[in-house]
Amino acid sequence: MPEFDPSDMSATSSQGVDSWIAGFCNLTGHEYFAEVSEDFIEDDFNLTGLQAQVPMYKEALEMILDVEPSETGSSNLSEEEEEEEEEEEDDEEGLLGEELDQPVEGAQNGGNRNQNRRNGRTNSDTSVIESSAELLYGLIHARYITSRPGIQQMLEKYELAHFGYCPRVYCHGTKVLPVGRTDTPGQETVKLFCPSCLDIYTPPNSRFQAVDGAFFGTTFPGLFLMTFPELDIAPAKKRSRDNGATNEETESILSPNEAAQHQGMTASRSSSLTLPSAPLIPGVNTAKDERAAAQAAMLAALPPQPATINGVAAQNLAPGLGRSKIYEPKIYGFRVSERAKGGPRMRWLRSKPLDLNELDEARIYHEKYGGNVDGDPDDEADEEGGNIEDNEEEEGDGDAVMQSASTRPSSKRKGKPNSKSKAGIANVPGGG
Amino acid sequence: MMDDFASETDSDYTSYWRDWFISSRGNEYFCEIDEEYLTDRFNLTGLQTEVHYYQHALDLITDVFDLDCEDDMRETIEKSARHLYGLVHARYIVTTRGLVKMVEKFKKSDFGKCPRVHCDSQPLLPMGLSDVPYQKSVKLYCGRCEDIYNPKSSRHAQIDGAYFGTSFHNILFQVYPALIPQKSRRRYEPRVFGFRVHAGAALARWQAEERTDMRKRLKDANIGLDTTKLFIEDIDGQDSETNEEAIIKANTVEVPPPSTTVR
Repeated sequence: MPEFDPSDMSATSSQGVDSWIAGFCNLTGHEYFAEVSEDFIEDDFNLTGLQAQVPMYKEALEMILDVEPSETGSSNLSEEEEEEEEEEEDDEEGLLGEELDQPVEGAQNGGNRNQNRRNGRTNSDTSVIESSAELLYGLIHARYITSRPGIQQMLEKYELAHFGYCPRVYCHGTKVLPVGRTDTPGQETVKLFCPSCLDIYTPPNSRFQAVDGAFFGTTFPGLFLMTFPELDIAPAKKRSRDNGATNEETESILSPNEAAQHQGMTASRSSSLTLPSAPLIPGVNTAKDERAAAQAAMLAALPPQPATINGVAAQNLAPGLGRSKIYEPKIYGFRVSERAKGGPRMRWLRSKPLDLNELDEARIYHEKYGGNVDGDPDDEADEEGGNIEDNEEEEGDGDAVMQSASTRPSSKRKGKPNSKSKAGIANVPGGG
Repeated sequence: MMDDFASETDSDYTSYWRDWFISSRGNEYFCEIDEEYLTDRFNLTGLQTEVHYYQHALDLITDVFDLDCEDDMRETIEKSARHLYGLVHARYIVTTRGLVKMVEKFKKSDFGKCPRVHCDSQPLLPMGLSDVPYQKSVKLYCGRCEDIYNPKSSRHAQIDGAYFGTSFHNILFQVYPALIPQKSRRRYEPRVFGFRVHAGAALARWQAEERTDMRKRLKDANIGLDTTKLFIEDIDGQDSETNEEAIIKANTVEVPPPSTTVR
């Protein structure tokens, strides 16, 4: 792509407070955006393919970088390419749609300079360039936040909770991450991904409903969590509760009374239970200790839990899901039966196995069909996990657990060998 | 807020307390309690001990308050009146008339819409996690994903959950089964460069098995699966859990689903 000579540009560009990028990121509704470094934009490789997606690409890029439109820069474009560019402009006008409506105050300083362009651009041209610049910046942004410096910058924003908190009650104010449902611009607005319940939510403030989801991309949250696996995604409140202090930010979610209540309960609970998955059943105050004791006994009966499961630290695998974090509909204290017409049908969506070993699909597969995950001789075949189902009634005695352990996996896993071989396992032996 | 009221009623007795209460900012979740309901003492059983200055508060709610008192006192009574109104409200909204009023508000999405993307702006219902006051603030229940959420606005987040109670929203769906939204199997799949993230995908597969188990349990119990579809994606008259993958693919068209997961 001959359109741009970075060395020319870097001489004139400076990333000050009043740069186009800073102005764009400071706009209302643009709080989720990171400031893409100019080094990143100036590397042509990072912009591969964007020229075809953005009308008036060169002008837009100049605007983003706060570069005076220069004769030398434009002379690099051949006549043909310039024509091509104009055509694209017409073609992709529709695609812009949403961006055109966005406020563009931040682009003013760039826009003014473009007034005295060699071709004598009209005002309508300027607004097209402005919206192009926003589109281009968004697309670059989606790439930038998956790069090393970009994801680091997003980590800082995440830690400052710039993206907000999960609205779900049982996620207890987990910090969320922006995500797009598609990588094609102009289709869907930005959503928020909660690592605690692995679900996506609409931002609470309507000003974010003008922000394109493609400017964040489908990849970002997943890559973010893989990049920082040691990050404790459990909510601030839960952590601080362990320390006996209530977090200010999450406290606002609750009434003062409620916060006080929580603190009161902390003492009694933490003394009886120290496990990270200690059951928290808000609203059920009666016989709580009994239930907690039963839960503790059950957790103690589990086989040793893995520290990491499927590449994720066990405490980071959907901490907001699973037993005691599923809403249980009740009428006058009585649970609504699953068999009722309005009975619960969506518990699966918020469930998680009590025994995380159940999620170790590769190991389960190899136990059933022989072989080993690493291709070594099988040496851990007798490590059998007790299966205690999330949705089922609690099984009191050891026999029942043993029984279900021997029957469940075979019946549940049957007919799905495909998904196992899909899981990227190197050594797949024949069915045993 | 309180001062507004005091000055208003001192001069102008035509504006009724309940009208003012439900129309004031932050009280959008409340419906108006009938006069008859309030004046039937049976409905207020046990509330005397819950509310300070019970009689004065009740008088205020029913617009017969005529006590000359200090502003401080008036403020206290005012506070009690709002608390009393909330407690009676929790009882009222599970009555036939109360349910009708709340259904109207539900249909207008007065309680907000579900923030979960796959719930397609399903209207919410207010609920409490406790029937005892001063324990938990109000939460919002989504009938589609059957989960509960915090209200968006902080002024709603301060309302006591006991003013709605733990049973109301479930009773509403029992009384008006036609309002139960069709459940959906659609879900979000975390992906990285088009590849499903292994940990999330494994959990999703496990959850799908949970769902299959539930379907089997319901089938064994002969719960009307012939007449109604369990999930909106179900193909009529057949158990379509088998073509699960196809449906997931159909619903996530953005990324071509590869057949591999990444660790």
